[in-house]
Amino acid sequence: MTEYEPVIGLEVHAQLITNSKMFCSCPADYQSAPPNTHVCPVCLGLPGTLPVINSEAIKKIILTGLALNCSIAEQTKFDRKSYPYPDLMKGYQISQFDLPICYDGHLDIDVDGEARRIGIERIHMEEDVAKLFHRTEAGSGEGYALVDVNRAGVPLMEMVGRPDIRSAEEARQYLVAYRSILQYIGVSTGSMEEGSFRCDANVSIRPKGVLEYGTKVEVKNMNSFRAVFHAIEFEIERQSKVLNEGGRIVQETRGWVEAKGETISLRSKEKANDYRFFPEPDLPPLIVKQSWVAEIAELLPELPIERRVRFEDELGLSPYDAGQVTASPRLADYYESVIQHYIEINGPSGTIAKSAANWTITELGRLSNDGQIPVEDSPLKAEYLAELIGLIDQKIIGTSQAKIAAESMFTTGKSAKITVEELGLAQITDSSAIGDAVREVIEANPSAVADYMAGKETAAKFFVGQVMKVTKGKANPTIVSELIIEQLEAKK
Amino acid sequence: MADQIHYQSVRQMSDALLAKDISVIELADAHFERIEQIDDRVGSYLAVTPERAREQATTAQASIDSGNVTPLTGVPMQLKDNLATRGIPTTCSSLMLENFVPPYDSTVTASLANTGAILLGKGNMDEFAMGSSTETSAYKLTRNPWDLSRVPGGSSGGPAAAVAGGLAPYSLGSDTGGSIRQPASFCGIVGLKPTYGLVSRFGLIAFASSLDQIGPLTRTVEDAALVMNAIAGPDTNDSTSILRPVIDYSIGLKDGVKGLRIGVVPEYFGEGIDPQVAQLTRKAIQQLEFLGAEVSEVSLPNSKAALAVYYILAPSECSANLARYDGVKFGFSTHDAPNMMAALEATREGGFGTEVKRRMMMGTYALSSGYYDAYYKKAQQVRTLIRREFDAAFEKVDVLITPTTPTTAFKLGEIQDPVVMHANDVCTVPANIAGIPGISIPCGAINGLPVGLQILGPHLSEATLLRTAYAYEQSTSWHAQHPTI
Ligand SMILES: [Zn+2]
Repeated sequence: MTEYEPVIGLEVHAQLITNSKMFCSCPADYQSAPPNTHVCPVCLGLPGTLPVINSEAIKKIILTGLALNCSIAEQTKFDRKSYPYPDLMKGYQISQFDLPICYDGHLDIDVDGEARRIGIERIHMEEDVAKLFHRTEAGSGEGYALVDVNRAGVPLMEMVGRPDIRSAEEARQYLVAYRSILQYIGVSTGSMEEGSFRCDANVSIRPKGVLEYGTKVEVKNMNSFRAVFHAIEFEIERQSKVLNEGGRIVQETRGWVEAKGETISLRSKEKANDYRFFPEPDLPPLIVKQSWVAEIAELLPELPIERRVRFEDELGLSPYDAGQVTASPRLADYYESVIQHYIEINGPSGTIAKSAANWTITELGRLSNDGQIPVEDSPLKAEYLAELIGLIDQKIIGTSQAKIAAESMFTTGKSAKITVEELGLAQITDSSAIGDAVREVIEANPSAVADYMAGKETAAKFFVGQVMKVTKGKANPTIVSELIIEQLEAKK
Repeated sequence: MADQIHYQSVRQMSDALLAKDISVIELADAHFERIEQIDDRVGSYLAVTPERAREQATTAQASIDSGNVTPLTGVPMQLKDNLATRGIPTTCSSLMLENFVPPYDSTVTASLANTGAILLGKGNMDEFAMGSSTETSAYKLTRNPWDLSRVPGGSSGGPAAAVAGGLAPYSLGSDTGGSIRQPASFCGIVGLKPTYGLVSRFGLIAFASSLDQIGPLTRTVEDAALVMNAIAGPDTNDSTSILRPVIDYSIGLKDGVKGLRIGVVPEYFGEGIDPQVAQLTRKAIQQLEFLGAEVSEVSLPNSKAALAVYYILAPSECSANLARYDGVKFGFSTHDAPNMMAALEATREGGFGTEVKRRMMMGTYALSSGYYDAYYKKAQQVRTLIRREFDAAFEKVDVLITPTTPTTAFKLGEIQDPVVMHANDVCTVPANIAGIPGISIPCGAINGLPVGLQILGPHLSEATLLRTAYAYEQSTSWHAQHPTI
């Protein structure tokens, strides 16, 4: 059997965060409004209306281009892409054909410790289409569709990546990295679930060592990062099987069916649309002044990769930890805030960077998954997590009590001190109190005492466990051990 | 006075309003009366709007009484039915838009309303402005007031017939390949197509976006200047509108043509042009020379390709512009179909006329993958050549003078061959291709049918065109002649 190498290129649509739509002054926030309320003659495509470019959207596309090391076109233009469908108000979509705003960039990712550079062909502007709701009439069973035009004209940015990706995992990482950049620079919410971030994949395979590309298949309808990964995995396997059985790959568009875990054919190339692109006569070519690009470049914040490197260098985090806490800009802000609060309360510390990372990634990560809420949006504020870590470091509570406290704080939002108090989690450090408990346990277990006297050192561990049980885990374990040895030795 | 007022100029009507010889409402009513009397024979109006006129008249009269006026305040007018009027049906003379009532005004509709103009009604036109005779209107025929058996030209045939027949002192039309100038020529009036981008296209229902331009049809050159004062200027709703301060086109109108360099283009006097039309045009040029202009010959060989370029670019753009008429949101709709795509096809089959379908088919073909380079792209390249040729010509001369149309108005139903019909635009199309302004003014008659003279100038040379046209007009009496109807 021939060994194949996958060749994958992604096309990603991201809705831009702007106040108004791409070509009119309607609010771009289409989800919160009742259907067909954020509309006007322009985005309804009524006859005689004309588009006017939203420069905020252009600015955000340029910002994205700069973050992805793209060249920015000095002159860009808009084109009409024609196809008949009721979600398209004008019967054509204003897009960009041959002169995109950004071109020739790249995105660096790290896959299993190996640095990979994925090329970016272009980033261009588009307008989103209306939303269709397919329904069935209850009585007759007849199908019909409802149109919500709120979404029509919302600014959309399409990034076309080069076919440099070689595995489903690379594709997933690349997508995560791209979304992270969009979130860092504040141009898109990047939510695949809400549809503000959509990905299509072009997948082909070729025998290892062969340079020529195989026939590519476009895969659509992937609504999560997981889906992208699985759909590509499936497609690679499907294509390999077809070729190994002596078949031929058909150039076509396939859709991922989540429930079945497979891709199905949507349409072949022969039936593909002819979009009849031509320059949009209602919009003159846009001249992008270099001074404007320079101004926009000033707005570029620290990017994920830069922050990761800083966390590694300045805070001594491992590449894994640094990658985890910088996954989203707001999580990284949260993490940094924990450290800052800790230092404010407790003064400088050599361990807080690592312990804050552990808490953020592991414990809060788990709570975040369970509660379906991002760490940074949970009621547990960064300053309270800092306070909690401080309590552990001051040995006021133990780690297991701290976990109980964190779980509670994650829903109540109360401070660490109040939570520890309310739940009675503070450690007992009073030697006389612990001493009483130790005496009680020793008296109650004469056989274990005999074992100890006979030289069985493990018997001491038994007593520690018993004391912790009696004190409901609140006794300071170090003091407990010390007192047990002391009292047992006194009996010798 | 009452029977004479229909043929007065905008300026004269304005003076009469200011002198309180007549009230705004009386002036509007005089027009509604005339429409009532003769428009069933002319057919220049698709709809009259007396209620809107009455509302506007109240405001306009108040402005006049308080002295806050422009020369258009209180003067009635008509709008071609492809200009959006809020609350008033705007049909483009197409079944497709039979019940379309725009919730917005076009920029020019609003500009005229703001200056106190009174809307009489909407003018008939070729369907979606595609035609040269107004015969493609889905609703009615418009007849030439000079000879009711003849066409008024098109596509602004309703506006031209209304102005020529004393049914409105002025009207706004749109000109994509000659649609203002050709009917103005056929009807013996003044028609100005401004520089592309000088008048906002917002609210003009698009035919071919890179060629469409709104302009006035009037009975005198001065009136054209007055209307331009109200409608020209930048508009933030139209990204192709030219950012340039508004100027007063009536200033310098009477400065004469002494030293003006006129270019005569032999290519516009050759094959296909009625020799009598050519002769009258040459005579007009001699008249301008007599008035002090300097005449020389300028060759524009690429102009011949303009018609071919036009019949690729205009259909291409219209094929996309008219794609929105799917029967879903507004307008004509056929629901009786097995599925969505079939309903869309049935709607478009029933809603559009033959000429519109023909042009959409041509455009769809020209833009199709595999044909784009040979048609659309090539046409754009030739368009650039035509533009440059005009640029070069205007380094040598100030204006070019040509016939407006190859012939005088033809008979209704006389031209059936679309290619022959399209050839009617041969003299006017180059200005749209180059985006330059052009004006047609009457320069004589053949067998009682008006002949038009076209003056072309470089970008934003409207003031020069108007000055040249005014000098000629004032030295002749063509503009004072009106059809008897
Ligand atoms: Zn809108």
